Amino acid sequence: MENIYLAIPLAPLLGAILAGLFGKQLGRGGAHWVAILGVATSFLLSLVVFNHHILNDAPAYNDTVYTWAVSDGIRFEVGFLVDSLTVLMLLVVTFVSLMVHIYTIGYMHDDPGYQRFFSYIALFTFSMLMLVMSNNFLQLFFGWEAVGLVSYLLIGFWYTKPTAIFANMKAFLVNRVGDFGFLLGIAAVLMYFNSLDYWDVFEAAPAMTNVSIQVLPGMDWSLMSVICILLFIGAMGKSAQVPLHVWLPDSMEGPTPISALIHAATMVTAGIFMVARMSPLFELSETALSFVMVIGAITALFMGFLGLVQNDIKRVVAYSTLSQLGYMTVALGASAYAAGIFHLMTHAFFKALLFLGAGSVIIAMHHEQDIRKMGGLKKYMPITYWTALIGSLALIGFPGLAGFFSKDAIIEAVHHSQIAGSSFAYFAVLCGVFITALYSFRMFFLVFHGKERFEIHAAHKHDDAGHDDHSHGHSGPPHETPAVVTVPLIMLAIPSVLAGYVIGPVLFGDYFQNVIKVLPQHDVLGQIGANYHGVLGFIQHAVLAPPFFLAMGGLITAWYVYLKNPSLADMARKRASFLYQILINKYYADDFNQAVFAGGTRGIGRLLWRIGDEVIIDGLIVNGSARIVGWFSGVARQVQTGYLYHYAFAMILGLLGMLSWLLFLR
Amino acid sequence: MPFDLPLLSLLIWLPILGGFATLLVGDKEPWGARTVALLVSLATFLLSIPLYTGFDVSTADMQFSEETLWIDTFSIYYHLGVDGISMPLILLTTFTTVLVVLAGWEVIQKKTAQYMAAFLIMEGLMIGVFAALDAILFYVFWEGMLIPMFLIIGVWGGPKRVYATLKFFLYTFFGSVFMLVALIYMYYQSDSFAILDFHVLKLSLTEQIFIFIAFLMAFAVKVPMWPVHTWLPDAHVEAPTGGSVILAAIMLKIGGYGFLRFSLPITPDASHELDWLIIGMSLIAIVYIGFVAVVQEDMKKLIAYSSIAHMGFVTLGFFITFIIVENTGSIQGSALGLEGGMVQMISHGFISGALFLCVGVLYDRMHSRQIADYGGVVNTMPVFGAFMVLFAMANSGLPGTSGFVGEFMVILASFKANFWFAFLAATTLILGAAYSLWLVKRVVFGPVANDKVAKLEDLNRREFIIMTVLAAAVLILGLYPAPLFEVMHASIDNLLQHVSVSKL
Repeated sequence: MENIYLAIPLAPLLGAILAGLFGKQLGRGGAHWVAILGVATSFLLSLVVFNHHILNDAPAYNDTVYTWAVSDGIRFEVGFLVDSLTVLMLLVVTFVSLMVHIYTIGYMHDDPGYQRFFSYIALFTFSMLMLVMSNNFLQLFFGWEAVGLVSYLLIGFWYTKPTAIFANMKAFLVNRVGDFGFLLGIAAVLMYFNSLDYWDVFEAAPAMTNVSIQVLPGMDWSLMSVICILLFIGAMGKSAQVPLHVWLPDSMEGPTPISALIHAATMVTAGIFMVARMSPLFELSETALSFVMVIGAITALFMGFLGLVQNDIKRVVAYSTLSQLGYMTVALGASAYAAGIFHLMTHAFFKALLFLGAGSVIIAMHHEQDIRKMGGLKKYMPITYWTALIGSLALIGFPGLAGFFSKDAIIEAVHHSQIAGSSFAYFAVLCGVFITALYSFRMFFLVFHGKERFEIHAAHKHDDAGHDDHSHGHSGPPHETPAVVTVPLIMLAIPSVLAGYVIGPVLFGDYFQNVIKVLPQHDVLGQIGANYHGVLGFIQHAVLAPPFFLAMGGLITAWYVYLKNPSLADMARKRASFLYQILINKYYADDFNQAVFAGGTRGIGRLLWRIGDEVIIDGLIVNGSARIVGWFSGVARQVQTGYLYHYAFAMILGLLGMLSWLLFLR
Repeated sequence: MPFDLPLLSLLIWLPILGGFATLLVGDKEPWGARTVALLVSLATFLLSIPLYTGFDVSTADMQFSEETLWIDTFSIYYHLGVDGISMPLILLTTFTTVLVVLAGWEVIQKKTAQYMAAFLIMEGLMIGVFAALDAILFYVFWEGMLIPMFLIIGVWGGPKRVYATLKFFLYTFFGSVFMLVALIYMYYQSDSFAILDFHVLKLSLTEQIFIFIAFLMAFAVKVPMWPVHTWLPDAHVEAPTGGSVILAAIMLKIGGYGFLRFSLPITPDASHELDWLIIGMSLIAIVYIGFVAVVQEDMKKLIAYSSIAHMGFVTLGFFITFIIVENTGSIQGSALGLEGGMVQMISHGFISGALFLCVGVLYDRMHSRQIADYGGVVNTMPVFGAFMVLFAMANSGLPGTSGFVGEFMVILASFKANFWFAFLAATTLILGAAYSLWLVKRVVFGPVANDKVAKLEDLNRREFIIMTVLAAAVLILGLYPAPLFEVMHASIDNLLQHVSVSKL
């Protein structure tokens, strides 16, 4: 098995290296084949691992691949931990990634950076696999930063586009703010546990419950709270939680396939995964759990609102990702780690589906992304339409579809949670259900139903992003996209329907036994599970509960406002123009960051440079001492007059002085 | 030892003599001097490899030692030897010199022979600094080193080279005079100039503090530490590419090396007493200089400032040791910072060297270092763009590159000393990324900015080889730093043992 574990991340890496370094030699077809074969290998091997660990109940595997460095008696290692959590992540990551790879053949068809793109997405998969397979914090951080790097490269893929290269730098820097906390968390772990190995740390953690740490003098804080909150700051960066969410909508500047990859399988799920992996630590601090829950709840609700006013098809989906990540985070905070991971999985399928569906629409619309200029696409693009419908229904939690099970489990879990902030979180996730349905179907109706608002003979737009404008449709009515695009859509639609039915074993069974640790007093899923009697019962129960009505209410509202009576939407916008301004400006978070952090950094930098370095150090001290030396030598030069009688006079004075000192003072 | 050759002497004198040979070859046929220089530097590099392969990692004793009486009256010896601290630095020197010779290949048209000679002679002198175990010998190499560098900047430098050379020379000379006084004082106390005798010399706290400060003046200027850093940006901006590379990759390390070879073992109590000062200066370097680097408009200045910030990790790593020992009451667990600092020195040698070479590549084509003159370079130089992004990422400490290793270790270690040390040091994650990536955004990415950029040609074969070698070094050290740690362990442990025993 060791070789299989090793091959899972290395296969995409090999694909990335070949496609990246030898892209020219391989040609376009060669590049996509090596990348796809690499990821397909990973996927198949992940199935083997699934069979081995889950179906055949093999024990968790935890071993070192190689020792990265030894210092201070601490072994810094690269190694794998493969247990049920890892297996689930492996399947999700490799499957979604494989679909995205295939889809990319169609989407990036005429892009000059074709090989480079395949190299990056394969590298992305590699990074994410290293992250989820890690058995220690060092490698976790490696994968953590590596996905940051590849997202940087991918968001800035169209490097001549100014918005793209702004967005990718922003994404990297905001992630670095999270990593800043994350690294400090790792440092704290190392200091107190003297190891970076997960199992060592988890084993020693319960003994640390009452240890306190003084970060500010005189204030004793619980060590576990400090560690968990620091680690969670890292998760806030990667999983885009408020206030570190600002990078995610901008990441839409990259090509659509990577949006699917970033938002569904890789990168944003890293933070959720990490917290679930660290459940033995987070369980020891209710403070940290509350913090996690409140941050998640804020993200779930307030990012959902923003989805209501966006008109760019990809951005609507992006804000829905933010909101759904909030749900996952809330679940983590409620100690329902399994529910968070479960939602991560179902979300990965339907969100990838929605993004790729959006991409399919974008191809058909010749790279028009404004949903106000679409409409009535149903009859032109049946496959895209039906798959998008499945994705949207799954997203809003329509009973029986994947998202329903996971989201309902989260809402129930929060309902049962007793820790501080849970009532606010419950309110937020309930409201969120309505909002989710509203923005999802607003987009759905505007794109696929109603009047056709596009011009069939639209002049081709030549913006910077439109590398592949001419490839797919030419002029004429929009038509369905090719099979490399639609097959992944169908493949993703299947788990978007079915993935929820594993709820029994995953949430209420023993799937995560010994992997995710929950203290008895936090065990909300256990309480729900006590009343769980099969999938049908779960659905029956849920159809009578508020989330269902809220979701349906949102759907119907969207139908009424955007299809039946479109003037209502305009009226609402005008009536609440104050609110609308806040939403359309994204709560002014970007402006704030730009002015305060970006501007502030440059301001401080200039001040220190011009005043600190140039005026004080160089001007006063360095050149100042040069001037003093100059001045002193100028004075000293005056003494050297060259007149003999001056020297004789000085000698006499000196003699007098010395004599009087000898005679009188000694 | 499998070699009976006086390996260290060869490493010092071969390039120096080779330098004079290059001078003799002269400028008539520039390829002559170039070829000789390349052969000499390659030979020196190959000769330095046995230092690694024949190195005994189990001992902290000096290896490859040579000792002959030099000046009887003052019992000055020609005494050479290396341990796990100096050996990697010598390899870094021989490695970098080859690249620098290659980098100056067709670029230097004026006085080629002299240019190459200056670099070879400097290589010998720098190896001498790392290998010398006699204080006077060390001092001779230390000061001797200034002369070729002075010439390199003064002759092949930019328009304001005179100001820069003077500043560079006076700054460093000012520092080292105090060191000389300290060395002579210790000679009178111990009747020996052997550095290892200084290590065991009993000194009172007052003596130690004076000696420590004298050393600090010399080493802090070299590193350079805030606030004696302002010579570095000027020197870099005016120096030719090769000069910048040697300056950043090796000369700065001599300051760091000095702390390990002199300050810590000779004045352990003063080092402990004044650790707050060094730690403070290091943290200021990391944060303050990080901010300053963000707003630079000249590429070389930006990289120079980032060097200062990165070298802050070196001194920080060295001196938090004392606080960790004090906090935990044992030397167990305090090697992390020291070893991290060492790795940071090697890694910074690769990365800053690579970045200065990148700037050199652009400068050779466009004759400008101003960021504003560039934009969209990747459109015309895709291969170069890829390297530049890699090195910028390494500079911002991306895991998997060498830039991560040292910073990571030092941040982990400083958390043990004090949460806020780690907090301030970790700001480099943000600031380092900010200045590195903003540079990349403005220079490499974007649409083609102007006609000059549109006419750029991508790397030629020579440049490609240099970049590939450096990229490989950065990645290997990042992915598998264990061998480097292994080399250092015995010497660092020995140093810690030594430092933990008070001399009072």
